[in-house]
Amino acid sequence: MQTPQHLDAKNGRIVNLDDLKTIAEQEALLKSQLKHRIFVCMGTACQSCQSADVLDSLTREVSTRGGQAECLVTPGGCQGNCAEAPLVVVEPGGQLYRGVAPGDAASVIDSLKTGPVKRLLCDTTAPFFTEQTRLVTEYRGLVNPERIEDYIAVGGYIGLLTAVTELTPDEVIQQVTRSGLRGRGGAGYPTGLKWSTVAKAVSEQKYVICNADEGDPGAFMNRSVLEDYPFRVLEGMAIAGYALGATQGYVYVRAEYPLAVKRIEKAIAGAQRHGLLGNNIANTQFSFHVEVRLGAGAFVCGEETALISSIEGGRGLPCPRPPYPAESGLWGHPTLINNVETYTNIAPIIRNGGDWFAKIGTEKSKGTKTFALSGRVKNTGLVEVPLGTTLRKIIFDIGGGVPEGHKFKAVQTGGPAGGCIPAEHLDAPIDYESLQSLGSFMGSGGMIVMDDTSCMVDVAKFFMDFCATESCGKCIPCRVGTVHMRDILNKITTGEASLEDLAQLEELCDMVKYTSLCGLGQGAPNPVLSTLRYFKDEYMAHIIDHLCPAGVCAGKGQDIRRPACVL
Amino acid sequence: MSTKKSLATIWLDGCSGCHMSVLDMDERLLALLEQAELVYSPLVDQKTFPDHVDITLVEGAVSTEEDLKKIKLVRSKTHTLVSLGDCAVTANVPSMRNPLSVKDILERVSDGAAPRQPSNVPLLLGNARPVHNFVKVDVFVPGCPPSADVIHLVLTDLLAGRQPDLTSITRFGK
Amino acid sequence: MRVVTLSINGQHLSGRNDESVLQVARAHNIDIPTLCQLDGLSTWGGCRLCLVHVEGNNKLVPACVTNVFEGMVVQTESERLARYRRMIIEMLFSEGNHICSVCVSNGNCELQDAAQSQGIDHISLPYLYPERTVDASHDRFTFDPNRCVLCTRCVRVCDEVEGAHTWDVAGRGIKAHLITDLNQPWGESSSCTSCGKCVQVCPTGALFEKGKGAGEMVKKNEFLVYLEEMRQKRS
Repeated sequence: MQTPQHLDAKNGRIVNLDDLKTIAEQEALLKSQLKHRIFVCMGTACQSCQSADVLDSLTREVSTRGGQAECLVTPGGCQGNCAEAPLVVVEPGGQLYRGVAPGDAASVIDSLKTGPVKRLLCDTTAPFFTEQTRLVTEYRGLVNPERIEDYIAVGGYIGLLTAVTELTPDEVIQQVTRSGLRGRGGAGYPTGLKWSTVAKAVSEQKYVICNADEGDPGAFMNRSVLEDYPFRVLEGMAIAGYALGATQGYVYVRAEYPLAVKRIEKAIAGAQRHGLLGNNIANTQFSFHVEVRLGAGAFVCGEETALISSIEGGRGLPCPRPPYPAESGLWGHPTLINNVETYTNIAPIIRNGGDWFAKIGTEKSKGTKTFALSGRVKNTGLVEVPLGTTLRKIIFDIGGGVPEGHKFKAVQTGGPAGGCIPAEHLDAPIDYESLQSLGSFMGSGGMIVMDDTSCMVDVAKFFMDFCATESCGKCIPCRVGTVHMRDILNKITTGEASLEDLAQLEELCDMVKYTSLCGLGQGAPNPVLSTLRYFKDEYMAHIIDHLCPAGVCAGKGQDIRRPACVL
Repeated sequence: MSTKKSLATIWLDGCSGCHMSVLDMDERLLALLEQAELVYSPLVDQKTFPDHVDITLVEGAVSTEEDLKKIKLVRSKTHTLVSLGDCAVTANVPSMRNPLSVKDILERVSDGAAPRQPSNVPLLLGNARPVHNFVKVDVFVPGCPPSADVIHLVLTDLLAGRQPDLTSITRFGK
Repeated sequence: MRVVTLSINGQHLSGRNDESVLQVARAHNIDIPTLCQLDGLSTWGGCRLCLVHVEGNNKLVPACVTNVFEGMVVQTESERLARYRRMIIEMLFSEGNHICSVCVSNGNCELQDAAQSQGIDHISLPYLYPERTVDASHDRFTFDPNRCVLCTRCVRVCDEVEGAHTWDVAGRGIKAHLITDLNQPWGESSSCTSCGKCVQVCPTGALFEKGKGAGEMVKKNEFLVYLEEMRQKRS
């Protein structure tokens, strides 16, 4: 890729909005010279279905035919319908091909002249595509995640350079506050308020941390966003650094996300090369550096105090709050910790203004939210909707409903601290408050759909087992309580439990919820509490009739008790 | 007939120390026996457990199939069941074998000579467990052993129809 | 630092705003149960026994790490707190192998005391009977993990006071356990100074001096407060 002339003079540094404009124009020119652009998704899901081979064979096919000058084959980002990987988009026209094999390369290239390959074509007029609102996943898939120029061409870094060159830190925070953005990690704390707390804290050193330690079963929003929009995450962090007076940022990402790690590391290097990270950004006094810290996969390290401890090199153990990280965080300094998706929303907010963002969503829950739709739903994948959208719309319109004639039973949101919401609440709008009132939790965006083949006791057991395994062991209620709760759930699913056991389970739920040190323990009883609230009849069937209505713990109508052990 | 209440004691997996503690009540025993008749106990010659007993003191953990059979029978025929001493309350010393498997223990104690349980003694359960893990217990008297004073208070209160409050006078261990 | 007035259990008191609820309560002879907390060591906040109600806060807060503030209204006793505290103690008994009658600390054990003061006469939770191996490799001391409650006092005293950091915790959740050095036998530890501070601060019989029989191990941890004072004076 050629670098614009006048940038060369500044060693490729991008220092003002004009520089961005120059690059964007350059990109537009390049684009206009191309007849076709073919984007091959290089996200984790597509790569696991050999999309890299598809990219290769398409590239080879184009060069064999000598069409490189007018047809660009490029890595792209996630289209959302990951279940149909590998995915390829042809522009202009926006034909989306699914399940593309390397052997399909010739047909795809032929189609540029002869019209779409019908057998591979995805119906992009389906609600899955039309009913989403793309803000976090803006320009979905049509940006090469590893090229900063691609990002700049679609408005990237206007936010940062506007903030640094035209706004005071206070004005940046004002915009974030006006936007009504709330933490996307799950708890929904107002982002503007968090920022201003850190900004007000007096300290020589402050830190900005991006929490990318996504660990909820069934959740992959953060991974996808990091893979597709690494520059935007970094831009959001840099804006935060400017607003708070922090010079150092950390992206804490789990090592199990190798592609996300690679992309964010590449993006850091790229942004540094262009002066969009590092010393004297936009030739001002503002400097901001970012480093990656890898998590070893402990779920509890997503809890902010445990995450900080892990970055410091200690065991990933949570600490009692207060003090909150905003006052005393990393190495005792005021620290901002936000989720990947929260940072992703920052650049557009600065670019378009807080009021623009505040128009999307509901009164108390602004903006959009990405959800990882999985389980017993036709269209699994990553979806994005305005907050306030109903569960029914996500699961039945966008998700296409439950497949194979089965009946929807519940949707689990919020990860291990979340709950199962039954059919009668499908018309509830998704926002922080309403999910909580239904006994669930927004969480980071996992959404697992269950139908009549799921046993709700078994589901509760799965999540409890997860929490027992992931408990750090520091506080007694979580360390021991989760094990006892799991054991009782186990007894229920094998028909050995009594009503006294159920009473003890409820007592443990109450105790662990209100006495545990951190969110992991406090949330651990939620899957049990919510399934008890909506599906108590299933618990009773196991305990009293020794039957599993869904036929999971034993075949339908069969006794779930194990045959007596013969010594 | 007298209006005396019936009293029984049984001995499961324990060291008999709790029964010794009962005997340590010395002359107070005589006063108690004015109000209660000892109808079944390792201390008296009575072969079968009576059909209705007002108060039964249980010493020892439930460690064998025989213990389990016995405690279920006793429970069904007893009005107020008392777990007497740490073995009955917590499984105490008998439970020290629990982290190991029965097979490992038998091999260890018989030096590999008897990997199977001999048939003429009751089969060991997988774990030695406290009495309340198997049947409902009405009064818990921790202590190893509970002192004669504690047992005296328990019996006096129960015979008078009161639930004894032992929190300040006894605990696990000593 | 400034003096604030507050109420604990309806009693009007004053304290410094850098003091914890626990410190102020103790200074006024109001008892709040604790296990991991020990004067002279950093706070840990793991045992949750000292949870109390604070007016205006819908969560229970640990008294050991919560500082007092002007107008604070604290309630240290309630039926609910008593229930939670009993369950915490029961959980500790159920997760380890605590055989009080044969323990070196029988009669001098903080867990045993806590069970009694919380009115626990039996453990309603099922015992887990974990298999844990005793480390008797050290010349003078023994570590019996069956009796360990993971309060981490030994870890903290070794790190913060002795400066050796021989002890630490390995594993997660119910499998969390103490280790010496990089999980080597204690007797082979190259960092251990054999000072015995860990033994003296251990609330149960998990750490004890060799040669002590059942009920013979009496812990003395008063040295900690003294050391803390002397070090503060020197600095």
